[in-house]
Amino acid sequence: MKTTTVLTLTSLLLATAAPLSAETLRWARSGDALTLDPHAQNEGPTHTIRHQMYEPLIIRDVTGAFEPALATEWAPKEGDPNVWVFKLREGVTFHDGADFTAEDVVFSFNRAKQENSDMKELIGSITEVRAVDDLTVEIVTDGPNPILPSNLTNLFIMDKGWTEANNTVNVQDFEGGEITYATTNANGTGPYVLESREPDVKTVMTLNEDYWGIGQFPLEVTEIVYTPIQNAATRVAAMLSGEVDFLQDMPVQDLDRVSNADGLMVRQAPQNRVIFFGLNMGADDIEADNIDGKNPLADVRVRKAMSMAINRDAIQKVVMRGQSQPAGMIAPPFVNGWTEEMDAESTTDIEGAKALMEEAGYADGFSIRLDCPNDRYVNDEPICQAAVGMLGQIGITVNLDAKPKAQHFPLITDGKTDFYMLGWGVPTYDSEYVFNFLVHGREGDIGTWNGTGYDNDELDAKIKSLASNTDLDARNQDIADIWRVVQDEQLYIPIHHQVLNWGMSEKVDIAVDPEDQPKVKYFKMN
Amino acid sequence: MLAYIIRRVAQSALVLLIVGLVAFAMFRFVGDPIDNMLGQERTADDIERLREQLGLDQPFVVQYYRFLENAVQGNFGVSYRQGRPVIDILMERAPATLELAAVSGILAVLFGIALGVFTAIRRKGIAANIIMSVSLIGVSLPTFLIGILLIYLFSVELGWLPSFGRGEVVDLGAWTTGFLTASGLKALILPSITLGLYQMTLIMRLVRSEMLEVLRQDYIRFARARGLRNRAVHFRHALKNTMVPVITVIGLQVGAIIAFAIITETVFQWPGVGLLFINAIQFVDIPVMAAYLMLISVMFVGINLIVDILYFFIDPRLRVDRKGGH
Repeated sequence: MKTTTVLTLTSLLLATAAPLSAETLRWARSGDALTLDPHAQNEGPTHTIRHQMYEPLIIRDVTGAFEPALATEWAPKEGDPNVWVFKLREGVTFHDGADFTAEDVVFSFNRAKQENSDMKELIGSITEVRAVDDLTVEIVTDGPNPILPSNLTNLFIMDKGWTEANNTVNVQDFEGGEITYATTNANGTGPYVLESREPDVKTVMTLNEDYWGIGQFPLEVTEIVYTPIQNAATRVAAMLSGEVDFLQDMPVQDLDRVSNADGLMVRQAPQNRVIFFGLNMGADDIEADNIDGKNPLADVRVRKAMSMAINRDAIQKVVMRGQSQPAGMIAPPFVNGWTEEMDAESTTDIEGAKALMEEAGYADGFSIRLDCPNDRYVNDEPICQAAVGMLGQIGITVNLDAKPKAQHFPLITDGKTDFYMLGWGVPTYDSEYVFNFLVHGREGDIGTWNGTGYDNDELDAKIKSLASNTDLDARNQDIADIWRVVQDEQLYIPIHHQVLNWGMSEKVDIAVDPEDQPKVKYFKMN
Repeated sequence: MLAYIIRRVAQSALVLLIVGLVAFAMFRFVGDPIDNMLGQERTADDIERLREQLGLDQPFVVQYYRFLENAVQGNFGVSYRQGRPVIDILMERAPATLELAAVSGILAVLFGIALGVFTAIRRKGIAANIIMSVSLIGVSLPTFLIGILLIYLFSVELGWLPSFGRGEVVDLGAWTTGFLTASGLKALILPSITLGLYQMTLIMRLVRSEMLEVLRQDYIRFARARGLRNRAVHFRHALKNTMVPVITVIGLQVGAIIAFAIITETVFQWPGVGLLFINAIQFVDIPVMAAYLMLISVMFVGINLIVDILYFFIDPRLRVDRKGGH
C-alpha cells in the first residue's frame, strides 16, 4: 500500500517535473509553414509545424513505425472488410479545454474531404465516417483498404465546436487568398500551444500543461521558437554562433564544420526519398535524341547499359561527400516491398555496358538531352553532371539542361522530357504508392508522375488490385512480382537514397526522423 | 515649368506600363506555379481547375490587363505561396526594408561625405591613402560576400551581434519598428553596414573627386587670397559647390539601396520585401512578383522625377536658361 502511494507520488512528481525546468528550443530550417489550417496544404514543413499543435489518430514515431496518438486501437471490422474501427483515447482535451470526442473525428474527416482541402486525395477511398459512441469511430471505404492507417498520419483532428464558434468550418480557400481564423490560430490536442506567429519570420509555441502524454513522452522542451532562415550560409552561421539549438536542411558542405565545432553535433539517417533517372521508353521516336525514326530508350539493353554506366559509389563519394546510400530500386528502405537484394541490383560495369550497346545496335552511341532540377534535391545538378561524364564512357553524349524545379517538374507531368531526374518519397510506407504514381500507365488520376510511357495492362491490373487485397501475404507477393518486372524492365535508373542531416547543440537529444518531421515531444534536453 | 512636369509624369507612366508588360511576358519563363501549389498526389483535374481559377490559362497580355485593372483599384491579388492578399504582406514587410534602407542610407551619406572631404583635403596623408585603398573593397566585393564575412567575424567568431533576423520589434499598429529595443538595434548593425557599404564608398569617391576639382577652381584661390580660414574655404565654399552632383547620385542611390536590399535581406534573413521577392521567385508567386516589380519601378520612376524637378530648384542656371530661351 505504502509503496504504491510512493510510486504514485513519484510518478506525479516526474510528470510535473518536466514543465518546471524551462527549456527553450530555438529551431531553424529553410522554410516556414504555409498556413496553420490543418487541411489546407499537404506539404512537409507545414505538417511539421502542425504536428506540434495538432494530432492525427495515428502518428509515426522516429523509426517510422505506427504509434497511437488520438486513437488507441484500430482494426478492420470483423465481418465487414470495408470498415475500419478506431478506438479513441479517453480524457483528451483541446487547448481551449473542450473535450475530444468521436464527433470531432467525424467532423475533421468530413472537413478534410471538402473541395478546398489539399488532403482529400489521400483519403479519397473513404465514403463515410460515423461515430458509434463517444470513443469509437467507424471509417467506411469504397472497398477493402488494408493500408488505410498509412494515409492518416498527417490527418489532423480539430475541435468541432471551436471551428463553429470561429467560423472556420470550411477549409481555407488557399488559392483564393482566404484568411480564416484557423490559418493564424490553432486549437489542437497536441503537446504545444501556439503563442504567437509571424509568417516567414517567427513562430512561438509553449508546452501544453494539460497534454495527455505528460509522463509518457520526454516533453522536456517548454518553449519552441521556430525561425526560418533561407540562406544556407546564414543558417549554419546561426548554428555556429549559438543562436539556434536545432537545425534542419543542413547544407552538405558544412557538415564537417558543424560536427567539428565545440558543443555541436550532426545526426543522420536515411531519408524517405530516393533519387533516380526516368527514361521515355514508350514513344516510337523521341525528341531529345539524335536518332531519327527510332527510340534507343525503347530497347531494354540500352536502359540496362545506361544503368551499368552509372558509378553510384563515385557519386556517393565525390558528389555527395558520403551523404547518400547507393540505390538499386526506387523505394526507400523502410517501405513495404523493399528488399535488400533488389536494392543491391545496380552494378557498374563499363565493358558489359558497351557490349550491351553494341548488341542493341548503338555501338557508336547517340546523344540525348537530360533534364535536371537545380534547386530541389541535395546536389541535384552536380549528380546530373557526374552522370553526363559516366554515360559518355559508353558513347552516349548527354546534353545537360538544368532548371529550377518550377520549370523542371511540369516537363515530367506534361510528358515533355525523355530523360529526366526525379526524386520520390513514400508517405504511406507502402509500395502501392510508388506503383500508382510511377509504374501504372497514365490514365486520368493514376500514373501522373510516370513519364516513361510504360503501359503494361496486365501489370496495371495487378497494381489496381493491391488497393483492395486484404490478404496481406498474397498482397506482398503481388508487390514483389511487380517490383521484379520494374527491375527487369529497368523502368528507372536508381541513383541513391538521400541521407538526412540534423544539426543540434549538445543540449538537444533527438533521433532523426526519416520523414524529416521532428516532433518536439520526443526531444530530450541535457 | 508645369508643362515640363506634366510631360515628365506622362513619360513616367509610359515607362511603368512597359515595365509591367515586360515583367508579365517574363513570368512564364520562371516556371509553373501550379506545380508548387499542389502536392505530388494532385490529379490532372486539380491542375486544370486551379489554372482556370487563377486565370493562368489566359495569354499573358490578358493576365497583365487583369492585373492592371485590379491594381488601379488597389487590389494586387493574392499570394500563391502564403494565400494572403499581397497588399497586406507588402505592408507588413515594408517597415523592415524601409528601416534598413534608412539606416544604411544615413550611414552611407554621413560617412561617405565625411570621408570624402577628409581624403580630399588630406590628399597625401597616410590615413587618406589607407581609406582610399580600403574603399576599393567596398566597391569591388559583392554584397553577399561582405555580409557573410561580417557574420563570420562578428557573430560566429566574436559572438557580439546576431547573424539573422530583426531582433525584438515593437508593434506600433501599422508599423513595426526595431529602433526601440536593444536587440532590434543590434540586429540592424550588420545588415545596414552590408547594404550601405557600396553606396558609402561610391559617395566618398565622388565627393573626393568633385572636391579636388572644386579646390582647383579660381574662386577657391581668391577665397584663400582673401585670407579666409581653411575651414571656411573647405566647408562653406568648396563643399557647397561639390554637393550638386552628389545630391543627384544620392537620390538615385536611395532607389538602389531599396532594390539591392534583396541580397542583404536574403543573407541576414531580414524579413523585408526583398526577401519576400526572392521567396516569390522560387515559388513562382506571380502576384507578389508583379506587385514588387511595379512598386520598385514606381519608386525609381518617382525618384527620377523628383530629382529632375529638384534640379530645377537647386541649379539656378537651369531656370535662367529656360526663361531666357522662351
